[in-house]
Amino acid sequence: MNQMMTTAVDAGGLAPVPTMSPDEALVEAHRCLMCWDAPCTRACPTSIDVPGFIKKIAHGDLTGSARTILESNILGASCARVCPTEVLCAGACVLNDLHERPIDIGRLQAFATDDVVFGDLGIFPSTQSSGHSVGIIGAGPSGLSCGAELAKLGHDVVVYDAGSEPGGLNTYGVANYKMDKATALREVEFVKGLGVEIRSATAVGTDVSIDDLMSDHDAIFVGVGLGSIPPLGLDGEDLDGVADALDFIAHVRSGGVDLHGERVAVIGGGNTAIDAVSQAARLGAERVYLVYRRGRDEMRAYPHDIERALSSGVEFIHWTVPSRIEGSGSAATLVCERTEYTDDDRLVNVEGSEYRISATVVLRATGQQKHVSFFDTLDGVETDAGGRVVVDDEFRTGDPRMWAGGDCVNGGKEVVNAVAHGKAAAASIDRMLRTAADAK
Amino acid sequence: MADLSVNICGIESPNPFWLASAPPTNTGDQIARAFDAGWGGAVWKTLGDPIENVYSRYSSIDFNGQRMAGFNNIELITDRSLEDNLIEIQEVKRRYPDNVVVISLMVDSNPEAWDTIIKQVEQAGADAIELNFGCPHGMSERGMGSAVGQVPEYTCDITGWAKESATVPVFVKLTPNITDIRTAARAAKDGGADAVSLINTINSITGVDLDSFVPRPVVGDMSSHGGYCGPAVKPIALNMVASIAADPLTEGLPISGIGGIATWQDVAEYILLGATTIQVCTAVMHYGYRIVEGMHEGLSNYLDSKGMQSVNELRGLSVNKVTDWQSLDINYVIKAEIDQDKCINCGLCYIACQDGAHQAISAERTADDKTKVAIIEDLCVGCNLCSLVCPVQGCIEMVERDYGQTHMTWNEYASEDRPGDLYPRPKHGLTIGQP
Repeated sequence: MNQMMTTAVDAGGLAPVPTMSPDEALVEAHRCLMCWDAPCTRACPTSIDVPGFIKKIAHGDLTGSARTILESNILGASCARVCPTEVLCAGACVLNDLHERPIDIGRLQAFATDDVVFGDLGIFPSTQSSGHSVGIIGAGPSGLSCGAELAKLGHDVVVYDAGSEPGGLNTYGVANYKMDKATALREVEFVKGLGVEIRSATAVGTDVSIDDLMSDHDAIFVGVGLGSIPPLGLDGEDLDGVADALDFIAHVRSGGVDLHGERVAVIGGGNTAIDAVSQAARLGAERVYLVYRRGRDEMRAYPHDIERALSSGVEFIHWTVPSRIEGSGSAATLVCERTEYTDDDRLVNVEGSEYRISATVVLRATGQQKHVSFFDTLDGVETDAGGRVVVDDEFRTGDPRMWAGGDCVNGGKEVVNAVAHGKAAAASIDRMLRTAADAK
Repeated sequence: MADLSVNICGIESPNPFWLASAPPTNTGDQIARAFDAGWGGAVWKTLGDPIENVYSRYSSIDFNGQRMAGFNNIELITDRSLEDNLIEIQEVKRRYPDNVVVISLMVDSNPEAWDTIIKQVEQAGADAIELNFGCPHGMSERGMGSAVGQVPEYTCDITGWAKESATVPVFVKLTPNITDIRTAARAAKDGGADAVSLINTINSITGVDLDSFVPRPVVGDMSSHGGYCGPAVKPIALNMVASIAADPLTEGLPISGIGGIATWQDVAEYILLGATTIQVCTAVMHYGYRIVEGMHEGLSNYLDSKGMQSVNELRGLSVNKVTDWQSLDINYVIKAEIDQDKCINCGLCYIACQDGAHQAISAERTADDKTKVAIIEDLCVGCNLCSLVCPVQGCIEMVERDYGQTHMTWNEYASEDRPGDLYPRPKHGLTIGQP
């Protein structure tokens, strides 16, 4: 990574989509048809009343609009920016069927929530303390969502987070052109303002024991997300310039990455890979390659993100796997082989197909590993064969005082899915706490 | 290209598109530019003793993001000297001899005052005069404008004075702030009016500033009711035009239609309901004189499509298509039909019918998670609501059903010898509670 760490930043390429002006928001809000049983709301994992909040914008009630959003999704401000709306709310908009541009729901949502989330408009009154305390492991989207909902209900909430700064993927792992780090951190401040205490640089199991958590709190929510992207085991993977794509994005978000003159190859076909290539293309790289072992149709990245990458000048190299990285001290060449499907649908390397790609930066975006060893320390918590924490429909784990949600449960989905998990888990925790209190 | 020229009480106008007496006709310079743009005539902003206006004069209402769906003013008649106006009238007529210049007038209610000003504007070259009996604010408190128009006797008398003085045709501009517009039109005709212009503006308060609590337009810490106009008033004006056109007591009285006109379609509707010329103000205040271009071309194309050589063929064709409710065919049956290929599954027809009409549309979730709506034919009363709320053109059509039912008006139905049976219509029985 070191050679990438210079001072110049291509701010233009990194700037997130600008927020709407009041005039733009008004015009857009009036375009909404206000469908009955609206498909956009049904498409939202947190069930935001989309026509409801949009019409409140149209009618000049931004406070009501923000409340409508935030009551369904306390991280509405970041979801407004990072949600793949093209496949969720805006993708479900009936205007698509009229061959019209769908309502720009994401930017309207940012318009409605920004003053509340980033300003000092307190719209949620403080609640009398319930006397219950909940510990949350991980200050990412699911943990923040769960903590915020519980705090709103009057419970004491302490979030333990291993990172030096809170926010999880919102802070470290989102492509900058979707949401910058400062915005993510301001939203965390909003959650703290609801009464959520966050202890950063406090890894559970290292800095504080799980037993302490269990004795300090009435319930625990585990929202630890996923781990790093493990090495592929290639020769030359220890060369300078070879890195985890998420680390690359985190560095970009901290500023100081300049790729001018670099040839960047990103390995993988999912959302992290597509974010990394689009980000790299915006940082002045000479060439940016996405190297994926299968075809375009099999990529897990969203079509709109693929389009964005292509229009940014990213070159897609399909049916290719890396076999080693060459270079003296730092990466210079990615040596690859062709792949193909056999008659019985197995993907195999094509014999004798080796070829070379000039690459000075090689980023792996081949899937994050699960925190299985951590889960093994939690009595009663089970994981499935894929390393995901097993929960019931209320996000309860096998331990009656422990809930889990977010990427560690679903294996890695959107921020909005994590928020939905946290919200549902909070409701379940609240029910348990009140039932237990009533029983006393 | 159909002939758009019209003749209204002897005045030839190159087209029916006139500007109403209002800010767009305040000066000779404006009217000259309007004629250059294509307006056939203009009614000069009302002349009389020049007044002083307040600064803040206009307000409007927006509807779903559209600006100025309705417009309101508390501006008075001209604030310019009569001398300047007379010079400009003369100059406009010199430059535009083929365009119609009508001078709107409002003076104190005595014959001498009317005689003096009528002679002055005729001398300057007015093709006609229009008596402003409609202005609902400011002037009415001084015994002019709608204070005259709201009393049929005054309307008749003052029209009579004007007719005695005038050699050019006399238009009377009517106020809608009255119970039955026909009474005012009859009074004008009785006084000798050659034509009527309607409607003037409607008494209104467009809204209230929710911070200062002062209604709009805000004049310091107070407001005043104004005159309402613009697209929102067109239906009210069309009804008044139609009722005068259909009134046997004012038969043949030419009408210059006013109220919310902005497009060639609006013009066509006024003419179909009996107007000979139309007058426009708000749309020009919004977009400028150039809107007349679309009127020219649109009306001409429309007439061509109807095989009409002249706009005169269009006039009044809808007048006898307005009747009393009891003369409607109560056995005319229509039902809504939804074109599922065009439907975008918004569910608006469902909820409109469910909450706002007769619960005659069903909605179900399809396997691909869409809202599928369907008309429940047996419950559909053919009210049109679903077709009105549907955002897709041509998706919901109201289709006539012929079950062999007999044409029957309410009068016939209520009479001794009904011509046939009343075709049954869906009705709800008891919906809640115990019988």
